[in-house]
Amino acid sequence: MTPVKMHTRALNLFYGEVHALKGVDLDMPEQCVTALIGPSGCGKSTFLKTLNRMNDTIASVRISGEVVLDGEDIYAKNVDVTTLRKKAGMVFQSPNPFPMSIYDNIAYGPRIHGEKKRIVLDEIVEQSLRDAAIWDEVKDRLKKPALGLSGGQQQRLCIARSLATKPEVLLMDEPTSALDPISTSKIEELIDELKRDYSIVIVTHNMQQAARISDYTAFFLLGEVVEHNTTGDVFSNPKDRRTEDYITGRFG
Amino acid sequence: MNNTNHGSITQKRRRPSEILLYGLIFLLAAFLAALVVFIIGYILAKGLPAISVQFLTTAENPIEETVGIFPSIVNTLYIVFFALIICVPLGVGGAIYLSEYAKNKKIVGAIQFASETLAGIPSILYGIFGFVFFCVLLNLHVSLLAGVLTLTIMVLPIMMRTTQEALRAVPKSYRDGALGLGATKWYLIRTILLPCSLKGILTGVILSVGRMVSESAALLLVAGGSAMYMPRGSVWEQLSHSGSTLSVELYRYAMSRGDNSTAFGIASVLIIIVALLNLLTRFVAWRLNKR
Ligand SMILES: Nc1ncnc2c1ncn2[C@@H]1O[C@H](COP(=O)(O)OP(=O)(O)OP(=O)(O)O)[C@@H](O)[C@H]1O
Ligand SMILES: [Mg+2]
Repeated sequence: MTPVKMHTRALNLFYGEVHALKGVDLDMPEQCVTALIGPSGCGKSTFLKTLNRMNDTIASVRISGEVVLDGEDIYAKNVDVTTLRKKAGMVFQSPNPFPMSIYDNIAYGPRIHGEKKRIVLDEIVEQSLRDAAIWDEVKDRLKKPALGLSGGQQQRLCIARSLATKPEVLLMDEPTSALDPISTSKIEELIDELKRDYSIVIVTHNMQQAARISDYTAFFLLGEVVEHNTTGDVFSNPKDRRTEDYITGRFG
Repeated sequence: MNNTNHGSITQKRRRPSEILLYGLIFLLAAFLAALVVFIIGYILAKGLPAISVQFLTTAENPIEETVGIFPSIVNTLYIVFFALIICVPLGVGGAIYLSEYAKNKKIVGAIQFASETLAGIPSILYGIFGFVFFCVLLNLHVSLLAGVLTLTIMVLPIMMRTTQEALRAVPKSYRDGALGLGATKWYLIRTILLPCSLKGILTGVILSVGRMVSESAALLLVAGGSAMYMPRGSVWEQLSHSGSTLSVELYRYAMSRGDNSTAFGIASVLIIIVALLNLLTRFVAWRLNKR
């Protein structure tokens, strides 16, 4: 049994009156890919955001229960959110490059955490872009605005931007939903590479993708985790009737 | 099977109502453009002949009966410059505080309401307040400094308003992206929010300059209504003297002296100064954006 990198216990989240997460208990093992699947609006993005406290910015949000990273409760009073988010980076559901050059986008994270040396930054930028399978497409225009890239390129840029801070946990919200099959398979290969060093939690609507790349799968429904098991078991031998229906496309 | 006939797509069809509306909008736009050109043209046509080197570089001389507006030009630039130096950081800072930091929504709402109300009251009220508060209570007398402070209060709501709008227009996804990478709020403001709102802030500056340059009633009360002497002494001495700006002079020449040709001359100078200040602001924006 692999050690657990992150886990949640009795995690409840409310958006005002809306009960979006209902007592979620989930273990996310180290150096593994955990896939979150489930119909639209069931709370996958919400759950992902609680893992690096991105819900803090929404005033109406109330949270109870615990979220633990490396044995520490990330909602404890003395937590430094900046360090937490460096450890647990996030790729958002829709690409959101900043209105600045490609280079500055990638260097943004390292600069937050105090990296100033040009040589180091150059190195990080190139490596991150290579890892995100976009280096060849942008290497000649690093100084050009990132907003001039295509949607798929922007998404890979955002992945590169998250990698640049060298996180330990990577939270990805449908990172390939805007990509063509070629870049999608590049990203999937990348995820496979990355899990040697990172723990990855990925939301996906693509069942084949979940089956291909993940080690564990959690099925969400209306804010609850209905089933959580190794990906093999979830897909070949689902315990819950609703999981089976969802995976085989009989509802949702 | 498909028997609806939509006609050829290359055939442009306009409904009569659409043509009518289009024509109306065109006429309206043309009328507005013509009006602006006419007003500016009229002022310049009547005013430019009054402008000479002497007019621009000397003070009025009642003995030799020559007219000069140099002191008022200097007073105007002084007041605009110093008021901007105070109200831009204050307005931008206040807006940042209100939209990014303030937690208590009720207090934010109250401040918002107060500043909107302030933006709407007639400027003479600022004049009276400025006179009582700055000139008398703080003992600044009738001076350019009192004028600077009064105008600062007057345009502060404009600065805050435009900056807040600009901050609000920054997409949420930029904030999420930056915070998600671990940026602190201040880092986010410095690297993303302020650069993105630059245009809006500069719109605020342009509006504020326009309001300050055109102000006469309030300044007549707090900064004085004459500009007989050539500027001399240090900046501080200048600020502690009374003096009139171009708009105040314009008002005096047109109203109490009935000297319309000088008034139009001053009006032309004002138009040119405002145009130059706008160009300068745009230039600054362009330079900052390039960085
Ligand atoms: N900022 C918010 N304020 C209020 N309610 C929200 C907010 N964000 C999400 N919700 C609600 O919480 C529930 C879960 O939303 P969430 O975005 O987590 O779904 P999801 O599983 O990611 O869906 P999708 O697959 O479509 O991305 C939905 O009912 C949604 O309407
Ligand atoms: Mg989602």
